[in-house]
Amino acid sequence: MAFEGLSERLQSALAKLKGKGKVGEGDVKVAMREVRLALLEADVNYKVVKDFVSKVRERAVGQEVLKSLTPGQQVIKVVNEELTQLMGGSQSKLELSSRPSVIMMVGLQGAGKTTTSGKLGRYLKKQNRKPLLVAGDVYRPAAIRQLEVLGEQVDLPVYSLGDKENPVRIAEQGVAQAKTDGLDTVLIDTAGRLHIDETMMEELKAIKETVRPDEILLVVDAMTGQDAVNVAESFNRELGLTGVVLTKLDGDTRGGAALSVKSVTDCPVKFVGMGEKVDALEPFHPERMASRILGM
Amino acid sequence: FRRSKIDEDLYEELEEILIAADVGVNATMEIVERLRTEVKERKVKEPEALKPLLSEILLEILKGEEEEDIGMNTVDDDLSIILFVGVNGVGKTTTIGKLAHYYKEQGKKVVLAAGDTFRAGAIEQLEVWGDRVGVDVIRHQAGSDPAAVIFDGIQAARARGADILICDTAGRLQNKVNLMEELKKVHRVIGREVPGAPHETLLVLDATTGQNAMKQAQIFNEATRVTGIVLTKMDGTAKGGIALAIRRELGVPVKWVGLGEKMDDLQPFDSEQFIHALFVEEVEKEA
Ligand SMILES: Nc1nc2c(ncn2[C@@H]2O[C@H](COP(=O)(O)OP(=O)(O)OP(=O)(O)O)[C@@H](O)[C@H]2O)c(=O)[nH]1
Ligand SMILES: Nc1nc2c(ncn2[C@@H]2O[C@H](COP(=O)(O)OP(=O)(O)OP(=O)(O)O)[C@@H](O)[C@H]2O)c(=O)[nH]1
Ligand SMILES: [K+]
Ligand SMILES: [Mg+2]
Ligand SMILES: [Mg+2]
Repeated sequence: MAFEGLSERLQSALAKLKGKGKVGEGDVKVAMREVRLALLEADVNYKVVKDFVSKVRERAVGQEVLKSLTPGQQVIKVVNEELTQLMGGSQSKLELSSRPSVIMMVGLQGAGKTTTSGKLGRYLKKQNRKPLLVAGDVYRPAAIRQLEVLGEQVDLPVYSLGDKENPVRIAEQGVAQAKTDGLDTVLIDTAGRLHIDETMMEELKAIKETVRPDEILLVVDAMTGQDAVNVAESFNRELGLTGVVLTKLDGDTRGGAALSVKSVTDCPVKFVGMGEKVDALEPFHPERMASRILGM
Repeated sequence: FRRSKIDEDLYEELEEILIAADVGVNATMEIVERLRTEVKERKVKEPEALKPLLSEILLEILKGEEEEDIGMNTVDDDLSIILFVGVNGVGKTTTIGKLAHYYKEQGKKVVLAAGDTFRAGAIEQLEVWGDRVGVDVIRHQAGSDPAAVIFDGIQAARARGADILICDTAGRLQNKVNLMEELKKVHRVIGREVPGAPHETLLVLDATTGQNAMKQAQIFNEATRVTGIVLTKMDGTAKGGIALAIRRELGVPVKWVGLGEKMDDLQPFDSEQFIHALFVEEVEKEA
C-alpha cells in the first residue's frame, strides 16, 4: 500500500515522544531529525522537507506544547496538523459551473492522463453528468485508439479528428460537438509533454485560451521523485492549474510527490488513481490520508 | 563552490545535490561519508577539489566492481531475444521501437512481439512503431494470454530467420503478485523455447521516478533476472540518480538512455556524462 513505508518511519520517529511525561527541546530535535529522513526517503522534495521540519519544530517547542500534560501527544498532533495542511487541508471537489463544463488533463509523458480521462468520465457519468471524451493527443502512437477503447469500456462517446488535426482545433470542435449533442461535460485528453518543452507548453496555453476550461488537472505519477516540484511549478506557472490527480497509488511508493506538489502549487489533490481499471479512481481526503500515515 | 575552505556547509550542499538528483538518503549519506574519508586521507584542502573527488567516487560506483561490458548480450549466429519489463508508463513500448530501429540500421532482421494484451491500445501502439521502423509485429487479440503471444513470436521469428526478437510486456506495479507471476511465466516460456534466452531482460525505469525505483529493480530482478536498465525521459529535468543507488545495491548496470519520443532518441549509457549532468543546474541544461 502506498504511503505505508512513510507511515512506519514517521510513527517510529515519533514513538519515543508518545509516552513521555516530559519532553525537552532536545527530544524534539532528535525526533525532527528522524522525521526529516523519513520524509526524504519518501521523496518529499528536500526544500519542502526543510520548511516542514522547521515549522513543526517551531510550533512544537512552543510553551503550550511542551508544558502540556501530554507533550509527546501534542507534538504528534502538530505533525498531523502540518501534514494535513501540506496535503491540502480538507477535500477539494471539482468546480464545474459552465455549460458545458470543460476539464483539461495535462502532465508529463506516461503519468496516466488518458487512463484518468476514461476513469473521470465514468465517475462523472455516475453523478448523472453527460461527459464527452475528446482525443487531443495527436502525437503518441495509438493515443486516440487508447481513448476510444476506454470510451467503449465506460460507455461514453469519444470525439476525434484523427491525428492530422491541430489539438487546439480538436478541443474547440469537441466543445462545439458537446453543445450540439446536449452533453454537459467535456474531458480533453492531451499529449504528454515535458514542462521545459516550450512549443508544447504553448499548445496547452492555446487550448486553454480557446476553450476556457473550468478545471485544468495536472496528472502526476505518485512515484515521482524530487523533480515533481519542478514539473508542478512549471505547469502551474504556464497554465494556472486547478487541481492535481495522483496516479498509481495502488503501488508501494511512499508517495512524497503528493506532499511536494501541493506545497509548491497550492493546488489541491482532487483525485487519486488506485489501479489500471476504469473504476480505480477515488476522491482525495487529506485529513484521512494524514491520519492514516501517522497511524491515528 | 565558491568557498575558501572545506566546511560542513559545503558537505551539506553536496548532500543536497545528490538528494535532489534522487540518489536517495542512504546512498547519499554513504557517498558523502566516503568523500570525507578520502578528503582526510588525501589531505585535500581546496574546496574546488571536492567536486572532482566526488565525481570520481560516483564514477567508481557506476562502473561497478570489474570493468564488465555494458554492451548487449546478443548472439551472432542465432536468434537473440530481448524482453522488456517495468512498471506502467515508463517507456517500454517506445524504447522497443527505438531499439528495433537501432538494430535495423545495423542490418539485423528484427521481429516484435506484442506481449501487452492488457492496456487499451497497447497492441496498436506497438504496430505503429513496427510500421515506422519497418519490422514485423506478432500479435494476438486484446485480452489474450501474453505467454502465448510470446511463444508465437518466437516461432515466427525463427520461421522468418530473424536475428532479434523484442518482446513487449504490459506495465505492472511490482507489488502486484499475480502480475509478477504472469511475467515469470513469460520469462519461463522464453527460456524453454530458446536455451539461454532471454539474452537480455531490460528493466525500463523512468528517470523522473524517486526511491520506488529501487523496489522496482529489486522485485523485477527477483522475478526475471534483469540484465540491464534503460533509463528513459532523461531529456527532462530529472537526473535519474536512483540508477546510481541501484547499481551500488544490486549491481545492475544502465545500458541505454532515452532522450525523447522519436525513433533515434536512444543512446548507450555514458557514465561520465551522467555524473556530469548530476551537477549541472537546470538553467544550464536548458540552454
Ligand atoms: N497501477 C496503475 N496504473 C495506472 C494508473 N493510472 C494509469 N496507469 C497506467 O499507467 C500507464 C500510462 O497511462 P496513460 O493513461 O497511457 O498515461 P498518459 O499520461 O496518457 O501517457 P502519455 O499520453 O503517453 O503521456 C498505463 O499502463 C496505465 O494503465 C493507476 O492509478 N494505477
Ligand atoms: N520525453 C520522453 N518521453 C518518453 C521517452 N520514452 C518514452 N516516452 C513517452 O512516455 C510515454 C509512455 O511511453 P510508453 O512506451 O507507452 O511506456 P510503456 O512503459 O510501454 O507504458 P505501459 O505499456 O502503459 O506500461 C509516451 O508518451 C512516450 O512517448 C523519453 O525518453 N523521453
Ligand atoms: K512516469
Ligand atoms: Mg495519453
Ligand atoms: Mg507499453
